[in-house]
Amino acid sequence: MNAAKQSEPSEIELLLPWYAAGTLDARESQQVEAALANDPELAARYEWVRAELEQETHVSEAAGAPSSRDVKTLFAKIDALPARRPRGQLQSSSFGERIAEFLASLSPRTLAWSAAAAVLAIALQAGLLADLMIKERTVGGYDTASAPANAQSEGAYVLIRFKPQTTATDIANFLDSNKYSIVAGPSVGQLFRVRVAPNKLAKDDLMRVVTSLQGDKVVDFIALTD
Amino acid sequence: MPTTSDQVLIGRIAKSDRLAMEELYGRYRLPVYRFVLRMVRNPTIAEDLNSDVFLDVWRQAGTFEGRSAVSTWIFSIARFKALNALQRRPTEELDDETADAIEDQADDPEVALAKKDKAAVLRACLLKLSAEHREIVNLVYYQHKSVEEVAGIVGIPEATVKTRMFYARKKLSELLTEQGIERGWP
Repeated sequence: MNAAKQSEPSEIELLLPWYAAGTLDARESQQVEAALANDPELAARYEWVRAELEQETHVSEAAGAPSSRDVKTLFAKIDALPARRPRGQLQSSSFGERIAEFLASLSPRTLAWSAAAAVLAIALQAGLLADLMIKERTVGGYDTASAPANAQSEGAYVLIRFKPQTTATDIANFLDSNKYSIVAGPSVGQLFRVRVAPNKLAKDDLMRVVTSLQGDKVVDFIALTD
Repeated sequence: MPTTSDQVLIGRIAKSDRLAMEELYGRYRLPVYRFVLRMVRNPTIAEDLNSDVFLDVWRQAGTFEGRSAVSTWIFSIARFKALNALQRRPTEELDDETADAIEDQADDPEVALAKKDKAAVLRACLLKLSAEHREIVNLVYYQHKSVEEVAGIVGIPEATVKTRMFYARKKLSELLTEQGIERGWP
């Protein structure tokens, strides 16, 4: 056998284990059979594949079975679970879970219409708030020494973009488990402004939060923000 | 009497049907246990993980969308739990029986006999494979999973499934060579 053949196994050779296990489709099986009939070296190697299959079966079956009490163990674990909720009834303890369940209970069409309605409501709300802020400034709004005008500046914030495949449930769980809240967004680039602490954090502390969240399964991008 | 399909059982489990759960468990209890055991190599841990796998099936049956076969879904849950267990035990502690089976037999007088028994040496070498290779070898040879099914369980492309199996076999060949059995490529 030459070196090139060694470094690049043929497609037929790659299929030998599945041929031995009987899990190829008819066309691939015929291809393998034809190759084995015409290539004695391949046929010799196939004998090793069959030996491997036989011994893997031996090893797996020699491992025995789970103990006879395993069914009881499983159903004891099932019985220990909270009672399963009938459809349409929300019983979760946390706010995040309740939101996630509510969203999950909606059909895709309902969800799409709800999202459209929510976008419209948010736009209207944003317009009203902006109008209100402008009016307040115009009629002499003021800042107290003890309370800054922008309550958001009280906390510590980061910008987060969630992974595209992340579901509403994932995001709700992420926010709920970390006690975070979305305060604004999405802005350009699908970025959300997320409050990660109720009080301002030192930059190093905030950086630690950012670093710890970088590996989170729902986070696609995260950055510091004021 | 026709057998109830896995998919139908999952639908009933989603409605808290315990008989359906018992039936599905009866079908998959043994193969899943043996798959997990090949991964974690500890019967006690494997048994715990096995019931955890089916507990997840019970809890998540309502979310199963049928994009893959039920068996693929169950094995992917099992694989995930086994890998998590291995991460918690990075040294891959072995039970005594397994350790005995794979210990270095270099100067043991029984080695000569064992070497004559290629099957026994091959079994010892199968036990020595890495978790990644044990996983694919078990899925293909023992669980009789097709290329497509393995790809679904492991979460890799079909082409990678084939090459990973090839490299598992290549590693096996190297281990056999160390035991004095030269079988050629791979």
